[in-house]
Amino acid sequence: MAAISREEVAHLARLSRLAVTEQELDQFAGQLDVILQSVARVGEVAADDIPPTSHSVPLTNVYRDDVVQPSLTQDEALSGAPDRTDDRFRVPRILDEEV
Amino acid sequence: MSDLTRMSAAELAGVIKRGEASAVEVTTAHLDRISAVDERVHAFLHVDREGALEAAAAVDAGDRTGPLAGVPIAVKDVIATKGVPTTAASKILEGWKPPYNATIVERLQQAGTVMLGKTNMDEFAMGSSTEYSAYGPTNNPWDLGRIPGGSGGGSAAAIAAYEAPLAIGTDTGGSIRQPGAVTGTVGAKPTYGGTSRYGLIAFSSSLDTPGPCARNVADAALLHAVIAGHDPRDSTSIPQPVPDVVAAARRGADGDLTGVKLGLVKEFAGDGSEPGVLGAFRESLEALVKLGAEVVEVSCPHFGYALPAYYLIAPSECSSNLARFDGVRYGLRVGDDGNRSLEEVMSLTREAGFGPEVKRRIILGTYALSSGYYDAYYGQAQKVRTLITRDFQSAFEQVDVLVSPTTPFVAFPFGSRTSDPYQMYLADLFTIPTNLYGGPAISVPCGLSDGLPVGFQVMAPTMADDRMYRVAAALESAVGTLTPPEL
Repeated sequence: MAAISREEVAHLARLSRLAVTEQELDQFAGQLDVILQSVARVGEVAADDIPPTSHSVPLTNVYRDDVVQPSLTQDEALSGAPDRTDDRFRVPRILDEEV
Repeated sequence: MSDLTRMSAAELAGVIKRGEASAVEVTTAHLDRISAVDERVHAFLHVDREGALEAAAAVDAGDRTGPLAGVPIAVKDVIATKGVPTTAASKILEGWKPPYNATIVERLQQAGTVMLGKTNMDEFAMGSSTEYSAYGPTNNPWDLGRIPGGSGGGSAAAIAAYEAPLAIGTDTGGSIRQPGAVTGTVGAKPTYGGTSRYGLIAFSSSLDTPGPCARNVADAALLHAVIAGHDPRDSTSIPQPVPDVVAAARRGADGDLTGVKLGLVKEFAGDGSEPGVLGAFRESLEALVKLGAEVVEVSCPHFGYALPAYYLIAPSECSSNLARFDGVRYGLRVGDDGNRSLEEVMSLTREAGFGPEVKRRIILGTYALSSGYYDAYYGQAQKVRTLITRDFQSAFEQVDVLVSPTTPFVAFPFGSRTSDPYQMYLADLFTIPTNLYGGPAISVPCGLSDGLPVGFQVMAPTMADDRMYRVAAALESAVGTLTPPEL
């Protein structure tokens, strides 16, 4: 049985904000199925009592002193923007314009 | 003077320091070499001729005492370089010029190195062949019809083709070591947190580790020492002194490994390495025994689950990290016709800007992190990560380092593994466990199989990077370095 269906891949692509083509859906569904069947092997390991590792360095929050450090200027921060208005990133409309 | 492009980084630093050649002459020789061969190799995505000559002139005009003053270097295109195009080999970042330098780049400048340009790679460092670069693959200098490894194939090929004596790579699942192995060069993955990730375009943040690529072990150690060390701008950077890798490489070059215990991982034995790879590996092991090392078989029962765990953890982190490419702050924006919504523009931008492997991994990661599948996939993979770490820890109670072939097969022909992504993933079978554990590992050339280079991997405990350099340098002293055929 397939581990993942074409419909599921389409749903995941929407969640991932990828406007995939029909052709890609066909291709990815088959390939992801092969990959998922292979990686599902992690489930063979009995690990109920094993703590998860998210990171190899034991992490605690790292803070710095609250003093002003050099940082990018507004112009530098905006230098790579595909579109800008004045000192801001310009984006397409976010809300429906049915006012 | 003999050909400047054939010299090691250490030799070049000496030549420049003694005034036998200027930094500008050394840089020009390498830029000329790039002009002569890179059309065929395609190691570089961007050559910064002007910037390089300027940096070299500054070395000539001033301080020549930095450890690598005037030595040219190539930098993987996943690392931010101020004012110099940085694309991660993706269309989504085409033409992007970062407004800041990565910490590593700052340290390279402080050491006096001269950056020649940015090297090709698999898009966002996802791949083992550079075939997933949006700008076309890099060709292996040993055989231009074969892959140079990946993701850092450009960095490895650049040094193998004598376009640069040194290069920077990044290793998330083997992206420094596997290209090193298949191009006959040295590639080292430092301890995770031993080198700063600040300014690295993130793929899998808990695994990404920048490190050195070179033509010999001593040069790799010199570069390692320059870039390593705590960085307050990376919260996962380890606030401890860097082990003396340069001294360790020097010690290893003496060729005495008396009392050093090498662990042979039992679980790797049956894992489908090509016979030629296994042959070169076994001969190298015998060479190390002749230098006084002892070989002990150790069991790492969970290593067989490393590849599946990695291909859940890395895509999960990638699906989150690559959410930043939304067509708002940098890079490509597609379909903004004044009518479409932000969400539509975002989806069209990402569809147009990302290549197939990146899309596959984003979708796979989104799946593994979604409710209902999280426990079975991502959660379970994290537990496997704990078990693999325990395997390493118990192995290092018995031996000083672990050894294996770096990759199961030599450089393969283009196109032979792209139709089945999982076949490509197998290239990282032996390199991935180290990334999940966080320790250091190095690949050093150990011979040829059918005329193509084979890599020998040495894995050490976390923050014992010096140990792997010692063993690697000893092996190099016994088997020598490899020279590719003339291009």
